[in-house]
Amino acid sequence: MVVFEKPHALTDVPMHYCPGCTHGIVHRLVAEVIDELGIEGKTIGIAPVGCSVMAYNYFNCDMIEASHGRAPAVATGVKRALPENVVFTYQGDGDLASIGMAETVHAAARNENITVIFINNAIYGMTGGQMAPTSLPGQITQTSPYGRDTNHCGFPVKICEMLSQVDGAEYLERVAVNNVKNVKNAKKAIKKAFENQINGKGFSLVEVISSCPTNWGLTPKKALEWIDEKMIPYYPLGVYKDRSAKEAE
Amino acid sequence: MADKVLMKGNEAIAEAAIIAGCRHYFGYPITPQTEIAAYMAKRMPKIGGCFLQAESEVAAINMVYGVSSTGHRVMTSSSSPGISLKSEGLSYLAGADLPALVVNVQRGGPGLGGIQPSQSDYYQATKAGGHGDFRMLVLAPASVQEMADLTVKGFELADKYRMTSMILADGTMGQMMEPVSLQYDVKEMPEKKWATTGTNMEREHNIVNSLFLQPDELEKSNIERFERYKYIEENEAMYEEYMMDDAEICIAAFGIASRVAKNAIVEARKKGIKVGMIRPITLWPFPNKPFLKASEKAHTFISVELSMGQMIDDVKLATKCRGEYVLCNRVGGMIPSPEEVLLAIETANKNGGAK
Repeated sequence: MVVFEKPHALTDVPMHYCPGCTHGIVHRLVAEVIDELGIEGKTIGIAPVGCSVMAYNYFNCDMIEASHGRAPAVATGVKRALPENVVFTYQGDGDLASIGMAETVHAAARNENITVIFINNAIYGMTGGQMAPTSLPGQITQTSPYGRDTNHCGFPVKICEMLSQVDGAEYLERVAVNNVKNVKNAKKAIKKAFENQINGKGFSLVEVISSCPTNWGLTPKKALEWIDEKMIPYYPLGVYKDRSAKEAE
Repeated sequence: MADKVLMKGNEAIAEAAIIAGCRHYFGYPITPQTEIAAYMAKRMPKIGGCFLQAESEVAAINMVYGVSSTGHRVMTSSSSPGISLKSEGLSYLAGADLPALVVNVQRGGPGLGGIQPSQSDYYQATKAGGHGDFRMLVLAPASVQEMADLTVKGFELADKYRMTSMILADGTMGQMMEPVSLQYDVKEMPEKKWATTGTNMEREHNIVNSLFLQPDELEKSNIERFERYKYIEENEAMYEEYMMDDAEICIAAFGIASRVAKNAIVEARKKGIKVGMIRPITLWPFPNKPFLKASEKAHTFISVELSMGQMIDDVKLATKCRGEYVLCNRVGGMIPSPEEVLLAIETANKNGGAK
């Protein structure tokens, strides 16, 4: 009897992520959804620049590595050329909410029929822990060594709240992966974001509140607690937009 | 010639692209190339193609990257400031060995510059399209007919060598109208086994990528790419020679500058001056051979350019600096007159190659 298996949509390549990093969990959730929907053969994933830059090695479907922040534009091209295929991007907060903000907002505005998995861990991981557009007020990072001073460098960007004002967006939900219950909810949201695309509903984004123990300077366990204590109060979980559900009411 | 139609250069590019099988166009408005986008916006929906106005040139070139990854023919067009924005994408296209057609209808610079014709993106196109070691095939049309011809050729070369073809035109070429024949026997696209079209669970996953964290692997990918470039340099250079048989003075000019130069050459010949022209049609690869051959007879090379003197460097390299070199140029949207070029020819003739 098989109790636990690796999803087929994940390769056997060992992941490079740090101990306690939640990228592995989210990769697995995406892969489980791809397996359950039976779409691996027609899925094309777009990897970002950032910690998950090498996601192209970890997913078994066809993969494209985009330049920093441009994954939604690349996905737009792929989806326009192959409308019957399933196209998803996997992006971090620096990629999606800073350098790629224009591409993100306009892909949503066009209701581009793609699925976006957005990892928000409030820091630049790959480059060693600099302030992200989503770093919390007061958060200490390499480039905000005295804590993020909102008078000097402004406030964090709340992507789900912001995109909920964009008419084009179909579905926006913020989830977390810091405990079993949240992981289960995260999977449901990710599955819905893929199903929406298959059903032609359009731009679906799942923001996943994630941990970065290495650059937060916390143990993996403490980092998961920090999500509950600091991240979720600033970034409340929930559905920010679900146009089809609202229209059905 | 019943099959000829009167078209703007920009429109000729657009229609030729469609004939070449391009069904995806992405762009952002900028003068003086807007007719390409307007033409595509009208035509693409009628033929099952996709015209999409992107939010920026950066997004447009990355949409191109996405379509190219799927193996389809795809293009974008812009003008000088917009090409600068696309340079990130051009580098990524090169790094991932993706074919694409990019049109630059040049205007004066630097900065916002002006909207009148220019050739001042020569360096950018031929030597510095973006970060890293890479080349683009650079095609320089000198007539509306060539705008169309080189577009078809550009797609074919891009697919053959898995790289970007750039049409380096200018505002005059884009805006002027001439009769053009659009009869093409378009070559079949090569098989693209590398394309990301979905595995169908029948093969290993394909990865389109330009990241190589191991330096030896990155070095290898660069060296392999440059072996391909070397082959292209030896096999794909295109040029036109005009009255070069006995030329003691050789004009180098491309695009609109070559048309002005032709007028001046006709006048100079009437005065008995032995002057001819080599017109590069590919700026990369640069047609070194005819220039080297010309340097056996010609004492002076006059580079006629709409820039502060960019192509003249390649003329010097091609001729191993063994002649006398004169720059005859206007910039900022100004075009040299035939009289200005004639004066440069007469002066060169009088000096006879003396330093």
